Amino acid sequence: MNNKREVVKLIDTTLCTACRGCQVACKQWNEMPGLPTKQWGSYQNPPDLEWNTWTLIRFQEHVNEKKEFKWLFRKDGCMHCTDAACVKVCPSGALHHTDFGTVGLNSSLCIGCKECVSACPFDVPRYNRETDRIYKCDLCYSRLRGGESPACVKSCLTGALDIGPKDKMLKKAYAKVKQLGGDANVYGDKFVGGTHVIYVLDEKPKVYEKLPRNPSVPFTVTIWKDILKPLSLLAAGGVIGGSFVHYILHGPKLPDEPGQEKGGE
Amino acid sequence: MTNHYVDMQNSDCILIMGSNAAEHHPMAFRWMLKAKEKGATLIHVDPRYTRTSARCDYHVPLRSGTDIAFLGGMIHYILENDKWFKEYVLQYTNGSFIVGPNFKFEDGLFSGYDAEKRKYSKDTWVLEKEGSGIPKRDMSLSDPRCVFQQLKTHYSRYTLDKVSSITGVSKENLLKVYAEFSATGVPDKAGTECYALGWTHHTTGSQIIRTMAIIQLLLGNMGIAGGGINAMRGEPNVQGSTDQCILYGNLPGYLKMPSASLESLDHYLEKYTPVSKDPRSANYYSNYPKFFVSFLMSLFDNKATKENGFGYNWLPKMDDGKHYSTMHMFDAMYAGKVKGYFCVGADTAVSTPNSKKVRKAMENLDWLVGENIFNNETYEFWRGPGVDPKKIKTECFLLPAAATMEKEGSQSNSGRMIQWKYQAAPAPGDGLPVGEITIKIMKAVKELYAKEGGPNAEPILNLYWDYLDGAGHFDPLKVAKRLNGVFLKDTVIEDKAKGTKVEFKKGQCVPGFGNLQLDGSTACGNWIHSGSFTADGKNNMARRGKDDPTGLGIFPNWAFVWPVNRRVMYNRASCDINGKPWDPKRKVLEWKDGKWVGDVPDGPWPPLGLEGGKYPFIMQKDGMGAIFGPGMVEGPFPEHYEPLEGPLAKNPMSSQLINPAIEIFKSDLDTIARASEKYPYVCTTYSCTEHWCTGALTRWQAWLLEAMPEAYAEIGETLAKEKGIRNGERIKISSIRGDVKCVAMVTKRFKPFQVEGKTIHQIGLPFNYGWLFPKDTKDDSTNFLTPTVGDANTFCPEYKAFMVNVEKL
Repeated sequence: MNNKREVVKLIDTTLCTACRGCQVACKQWNEMPGLPTKQWGSYQNPPDLEWNTWTLIRFQEHVNEKKEFKWLFRKDGCMHCTDAACVKVCPSGALHHTDFGTVGLNSSLCIGCKECVSACPFDVPRYNRETDRIYKCDLCYSRLRGGESPACVKSCLTGALDIGPKDKMLKKAYAKVKQLGGDANVYGDKFVGGTHVIYVLDEKPKVYEKLPRNPSVPFTVTIWKDILKPLSLLAAGGVIGGSFVHYILHGPKLPDEPGQEKGGE
Repeated sequence: MTNHYVDMQNSDCILIMGSNAAEHHPMAFRWMLKAKEKGATLIHVDPRYTRTSARCDYHVPLRSGTDIAFLGGMIHYILENDKWFKEYVLQYTNGSFIVGPNFKFEDGLFSGYDAEKRKYSKDTWVLEKEGSGIPKRDMSLSDPRCVFQQLKTHYSRYTLDKVSSITGVSKENLLKVYAEFSATGVPDKAGTECYALGWTHHTTGSQIIRTMAIIQLLLGNMGIAGGGINAMRGEPNVQGSTDQCILYGNLPGYLKMPSASLESLDHYLEKYTPVSKDPRSANYYSNYPKFFVSFLMSLFDNKATKENGFGYNWLPKMDDGKHYSTMHMFDAMYAGKVKGYFCVGADTAVSTPNSKKVRKAMENLDWLVGENIFNNETYEFWRGPGVDPKKIKTECFLLPAAATMEKEGSQSNSGRMIQWKYQAAPAPGDGLPVGEITIKIMKAVKELYAKEGGPNAEPILNLYWDYLDGAGHFDPLKVAKRLNGVFLKDTVIEDKAKGTKVEFKKGQCVPGFGNLQLDGSTACGNWIHSGSFTADGKNNMARRGKDDPTGLGIFPNWAFVWPVNRRVMYNRASCDINGKPWDPKRKVLEWKDGKWVGDVPDGPWPPLGLEGGKYPFIMQKDGMGAIFGPGMVEGPFPEHYEPLEGPLAKNPMSSQLINPAIEIFKSDLDTIARASEKYPYVCTTYSCTEHWCTGALTRWQAWLLEAMPEAYAEIGETLAKEKGIRNGERIKISSIRGDVKCVAMVTKRFKPFQVEGKTIHQIGLPFNYGWLFPKDTKDDSTNFLTPTVGDANTFCPEYKAFMVNVEKL
């Protein structure tokens, strides 16, 4: 993509204090409810990304080869790939590339087929049975469009989160990695066409839980995109048509009252 | 704080000890991280490995309650290895002063101890004076009775072996911290210390801070940019509320609460006005009477006259030798001596130590009034777990209050910065600002008194009480102006030094406490707030200037900082005796062309070495940083004592096991299990980032509750294995006073300590939970575990070190 507005969000894990301001700010801006959870022996809660949790701080107790203890914090969420498997598999056009290079989600177009769930190399999209829709971070498209930084970046006190033009962010990330030395590395710019969320990691990627070392678009997805997608669009058209009829007959699906839904683990 | 938040970025070495800054002072921690980015070392010394530890250069675990031993070892290291800043110690501290001949320290006790009263007489804790009344000094620091030599002797006992054995910190780690921090004892380096409740929540809390003050004076780190001792206060508005006298022994601006034996104004002023005969000591507190009389005028206005002692006798007095802390209040309530209780913005049934005693005590009340934005466990104590509402006679009221964003007013941060803020939205329903509730209740009381009379009628009827606006609502500007001070009559103020005369009109604001008067012509509710308005009524607290002339982040035109907009306290000590900054790269202040340039100096006088020069610590009677500090109740040099309830039966330092000056509460519910096999584990309590204190406000917030849903205890892997406890299982923590059931969080972050040849496990749990909310919760207050005991000077409770057992449920 050659786009002047293309942005990259930089997550510098070495500045993150895991205050989880971003996790809460995300819910506030996107009007996602807080749902009942259990203390399961971890600061990490909800335990995983959820339909209502698009950004999650992962807490990990790690002992390295030198027997040194480290408490690792990693903000998890959509990586906004250039070569985005989810966009490729989405039959309805709900998932799409935005003019910022990020992966947007037009929820009203989502048909709940969950193809993106199996395709995403980062295990990001989450399905909600109640609404029969997929949810994930859209990097606060509404805020970006208004010239504001995403809610997570806005809430970050320590400067661990930043957003800006791709070249500027990459330069900043590499400068930081050079300063840190050791195993520090930039994660995100070298696969799936480059992600629009990149990390400065203190440890090698393999150390972090749920972080793929070499994420790629699944082979099956490539086949899908090149060969079968035209067919799928025909099918999707049928589903959308069906949804429209459903809307006319039964009215819109409304979200349930917060607190009544099952959440947590 | 001696310095301020932004200033932390100027430091070369930040010792975070007694604080979990990243979790509880995230904005402060931002500035610490900035320092780290610039190359500073961040050291975290704490019983727990926390989110703060994760972002520091390294973490050093120490057994909870052994901070004085740790820091005493640092003093010993600094002196042994000649790391102290000689010129600074000699010129700016009382290191060269001579201690009186009868002062002694023997086996854990200073001279003058009365074991029965658990109290010291301070008669021998004195510094000798010449015939002229000026303190005696030995500038060679060799006299065995000089403060410096006494200090050396006292801390010579804090050897590496001893300290390591007490604290459980390895010798290697001790040396690492000592070497790194004491490397700032040179003119061009700055080291700072940041603490919070991890220091104050101990029976020796004030003395821990004193020990650090001694270190910072030895290293020349007081008064400089990137230095100082920074108490990080925050969540429960500690700075603003202590400035306005939330502590029972204070009046606003840290003036002293009178006690019964001080039966007249003259007697009171004589006791609290320090006298110095040294012409080089500014002894600024000699102005105390002006601040105090102006305070009385703010209360009683035209009813206060010179003849009636400006209404001094209308002030309530404390009984001599008695204390009135929260713990004393509940102790008296438990004994049935307290009948009514206003609980404003607090949840004491969860937050005060020994919850069982606190909740039982409330059953003795006739009435309870709560003022808060949410209901909480205190206001609902009458239907709490194990309480039969039919047997409770207390009548309870809950008045809905406005939240902080729902009112205009001032807000004080730890850097003593008072910022004006505005109302974002009106309070919902009947909610009112607490100030308005107070004013309306008092107005009704005054009206009743006017009609019917009653006990102590004079102070109530004579109280000046004009704080409502035209519409009958609380007027924060009126209150703020009264705190700042106003002229009650036309006044001409002559400055003889400058040869100027300034005329002020009745009703004008006092532009600074230097203008406060002894004759009743000024009224000032809080002298340290003086200068928050200009004479013509401009609100300095509302300033938002972003210019930074020193380049050190001082921002002199942003809001107002007490005192007199000074950003770094004792800043004259950042220069040598000729007024040249010790470090030209960090120029807080400089004497240039006959005046001080930079921050607002601690007084206009020239530097010490020039004619008319004064010592830099102007609030101290002798003008010196106090290495020898007789103000504390436990002695002039801090000493290590074990917590009231600890794992050891003997103090490795002396025969004196616990702090000899702490008050021991004696009710039947104040039980203690020291060095007991039944309660073998050290326990510490705290808050988490996601909740605010008792959680009384945050447990109602779904996003925060989702992130930290229920009570948990952090337990090391070794202990969990011993006890067969798996991560996420429910467990019971019990002390001799009560128990708490919660979820086990088994973690690598807690490791056992080697103390006096024994393995000591430590566990920890937050106090953010209670029974009332969320619905169907199994949680209750962590403070069922904690003992009723506090610091000997402040009665800040010991929440951080006591003994428990852990069982699998």
